[in-house]
Amino acid sequence: MAEYITRRVLQALLVLTVMTLLVFFGVNVIGNPVYIFASSECDQACLTAIIKDLGLDQPIWRQYLTFVGNMLQGDMGKSFTHGVPALHLIFERLPATLELAFAALVLALVIGLPMGVYAGLRPEGIGAKLIMSFSMVAFSLPVFWIGIIMILTFSVQLGWMPSVGRGDTVDLGFVETSLLTLDGLHHLAMPAFTLSLIMMAMVIRLARAGMREVMFTDYIKFARANGVTERRVLGVHALKNILIPIVTVLGMEFGGVIAFAVVIESIFSWPGVGKMLIDAIAVLDRPLIVAYLICVVFMFVTLNLLVDILYSLLDPRIRLGGGRA
Amino acid sequence: MTAVLELRGLQTSFVTPAATIHALRDLSLTVQRGEILGLVGESGSGKSLTGFSINRLISPPGRVTEGEVRLHGQNILALSEPEMRGLRGRKIAMISQDPMMTLNPVLRIGTQIRDALLAHEKLDKAEVRRRAIAALDEVGIPAPEDRLSAYPHQLSGGMRQRVAIAIALLHQPDLIIADEPTTALDVTIQGQILALVQRLCRDRGTALIWISHDLAVVAGLADRVAVMYAGRIVEEGPVDDILDAPAHPYTQGLIASVPVPGQRGGRLQQIPGRMPLLTDLPPGCAFAPRCPRATEACATMPALTPVNSTRAVRCVHPLIKGAEA
Amino acid sequence: MSAVTTAPAAGSARDLTRRFLSNPGAVIALIVFVGFCIAGFGAPWIAPQNPYDLRQVDILDSLMPPGSESFTGMTYWLGTDGQGRDMLSAMLYGIRISLVVGLASGLLALAIGALVGLIAAYRRGWVDTVLMRIVDLQLSFPTILVALILLVILGRGVDKIIFALVVVQWAYFARTVRGVALVEGARDYVEAARGLRLGGMRILLGHILPNCLPTMLVVATMQMAMAISLEATLSFLGLGLPPTRPSLGLLIANGFDYLQSGRYWISVLPGLVLLAIIISVNLLGDRLRDVLNPRL
Repeated sequence: MAEYITRRVLQALLVLTVMTLLVFFGVNVIGNPVYIFASSECDQACLTAIIKDLGLDQPIWRQYLTFVGNMLQGDMGKSFTHGVPALHLIFERLPATLELAFAALVLALVIGLPMGVYAGLRPEGIGAKLIMSFSMVAFSLPVFWIGIIMILTFSVQLGWMPSVGRGDTVDLGFVETSLLTLDGLHHLAMPAFTLSLIMMAMVIRLARAGMREVMFTDYIKFARANGVTERRVLGVHALKNILIPIVTVLGMEFGGVIAFAVVIESIFSWPGVGKMLIDAIAVLDRPLIVAYLICVVFMFVTLNLLVDILYSLLDPRIRLGGGRA
Repeated sequence: MTAVLELRGLQTSFVTPAATIHALRDLSLTVQRGEILGLVGESGSGKSLTGFSINRLISPPGRVTEGEVRLHGQNILALSEPEMRGLRGRKIAMISQDPMMTLNPVLRIGTQIRDALLAHEKLDKAEVRRRAIAALDEVGIPAPEDRLSAYPHQLSGGMRQRVAIAIALLHQPDLIIADEPTTALDVTIQGQILALVQRLCRDRGTALIWISHDLAVVAGLADRVAVMYAGRIVEEGPVDDILDAPAHPYTQGLIASVPVPGQRGGRLQQIPGRMPLLTDLPPGCAFAPRCPRATEACATMPALTPVNSTRAVRCVHPLIKGAEA
Repeated sequence: MSAVTTAPAAGSARDLTRRFLSNPGAVIALIVFVGFCIAGFGAPWIAPQNPYDLRQVDILDSLMPPGSESFTGMTYWLGTDGQGRDMLSAMLYGIRISLVVGLASGLLALAIGALVGLIAAYRRGWVDTVLMRIVDLQLSFPTILVALILLVILGRGVDKIIFALVVVQWAYFARTVRGVALVEGARDYVEAARGLRLGGMRILLGHILPNCLPTMLVVATMQMAMAISLEATLSFLGLGLPPTRPSLGLLIANGFDYLQSGRYWISVLPGLVLLAIIISVNLLGDRLRDVLNPRL
């Protein structure tokens, strides 16, 4: 067990290192940020001063080492455009994104799980066919397009839903959230639902497949043969078995959801890190781009690592079965 | 005194739009209080399906299409599903084939016992715990209080089967259907489980249907035996009588293929050919294509005919005089 | 002996075609898809106007609803966008770019993935382990994240988005092809071919590859739908194609700003086309999977 965890941690560190290399070198060969700062009257001396100020006169490998060194101390450089530490900006915007992603995750489970379970129990019924068509559409259609249609329908035509921004928030002291005000939830509903669609489709498929498999197992028959009520057979005996793969996949996907929030935040003008990334790309704010990418990759790798370790701890069958590759 | 269980002309079919397959036909059986009935047959003969037909747990599209299942004289096929659930585990319990698969892998032993208890009784937490420990203790599980928090994979196959038996016995059922509960176990463990089940049933007067493909196991355990072939009972009677002098050629073939101690080096007999598929049954006796005694007369299905007051056989050319159909 | 050396027959091509066409949904999907292909690739000849030739576009005609007539007497059947471009023409050109990107990235990813998969399955041992580790790592990252990183680094361009799409897709092909090839490689006819001392290349290309084709076709169809969808998403974000080569995604993005003011057609019409393409390709893939029944 300890050996397995150590190996997984080392693997994650390796992936992280490779990703920082890729991101840093990749981003630093594009464009020349100097011209953003240089006013049109700026002469050569002024340009050199800016270059020196930004640390761009150093050889690239030295810039990387400085970058990694600073990063380990929690410093990812100052945003070119905002003039404040990039990490500070990210932490300022991250709660909005996490809130969105979290709400999407909850929606995906709350809506997707019953639908999938139902489709798995009555696979031949018309309800199941409708649910599976919905899952196929949600999975294959570009989510941004669904978001646009929702804005057109519910905001422009019907005027029921706000299409822009985050709404009222409550300051909990350590974080601001829109989950606790009606106006906040009202603003959150459409973007969260749109973001949840892909996950929802996956939950439906996994729940359906899991249910179909589990209902034929001996232990479900045994539970029924002992007179255990159908509600408990489905709600506990069957559900607990299908939840393990679903939770695992959702955990693994959460990093992807944060990345996908870029799309949703752009459509709904949600003030999260994703929207910030798109703005930063438009003005070539390198430190901010790098900080965002590294943060998301870091979150993703950490989540994967945690899910893997948790999975091996949670599933009693894996716990003793040795490590997975 | 009415019999604990009486099957009358039971027919179980799988009905699909494409075809209807009768998996069990004209099945009549009686099991008395405290009696152990061995139900013997090859895989595919319908012996496990008989078990599931009794407690009405056949997976769709299968269902009982004709006949009656009488429990203490009451036809339970006429009961509503909630009423039926009230019988399962309380009046009719089941122990199934593979101890690896009978217990839910993600629920603790204690939880599974609790669910089976609470299915029929209102008990508080302490009472549940006391009863669970008592049940585990009764089937010879050491340190039962520690096992409650264990998961099935932490127990050996034999221990798991003991847990399953403990669960089946929780409510002192009138009838236990045991579907090959020892096939997956080591020979020594098999013996222990056999002795355990036999003792518990004798002590309480529980009727037991022991489903097995292994005539040797049934010989040492059962009072009476019913031999099944292609969905029908072909011979039925006291176990010793049938072993001494089988009336049906198929039973004779089964007995001849069991190795006998003390007859080393003797050639084991095999029944030539294999059981026909249910979709492709011959018009008359299903065993006729493999039977050395078959004649043209076998092309019509013989009825299950009494040989004497305790035995019956379904054969045109039985091996015992006076039993011709 | 000769019986075992022939690869298992997978049903004649005519038989498969007939079975494929027996499903009305699949036929409609095929007609829709072929229709879009003709429309897209024929855009320069069909389109009423070249929307990127500034001499043909009049800014005064901007934001006209469908059916309007221009000053010069030309009818804008599907309206005009913010720059006065004819939407019908813009969409035809957009279809072309979306299809080219989808097809090119799919085929390239297929070629690379199939090669990697075949090599892994044929060489086994450490080659297999190393290659599949890379595939696993690639697959563990969300596609959108990888595409985002690559496009942020590379910038805009048709070649760049194709590259990014190939990077996110090749691993799927590699894994599937390896799986099929492993199964095929263990079959009698391959053993027999080995016994006859046929060269590795010949076994690989002559025996194993043909049997992987059904699976590859199905996966490629599904991946193409995904690629078109992902390209549209990235272009919508302004990360994919340059404004000079607007795909459907970019057209939708351009129209998005006008959505609030009720000028729905600029965004919705290209969106509907995108939808139709993706759904038809998905349906084709579904039907292919049913007919070819590959081991996925």
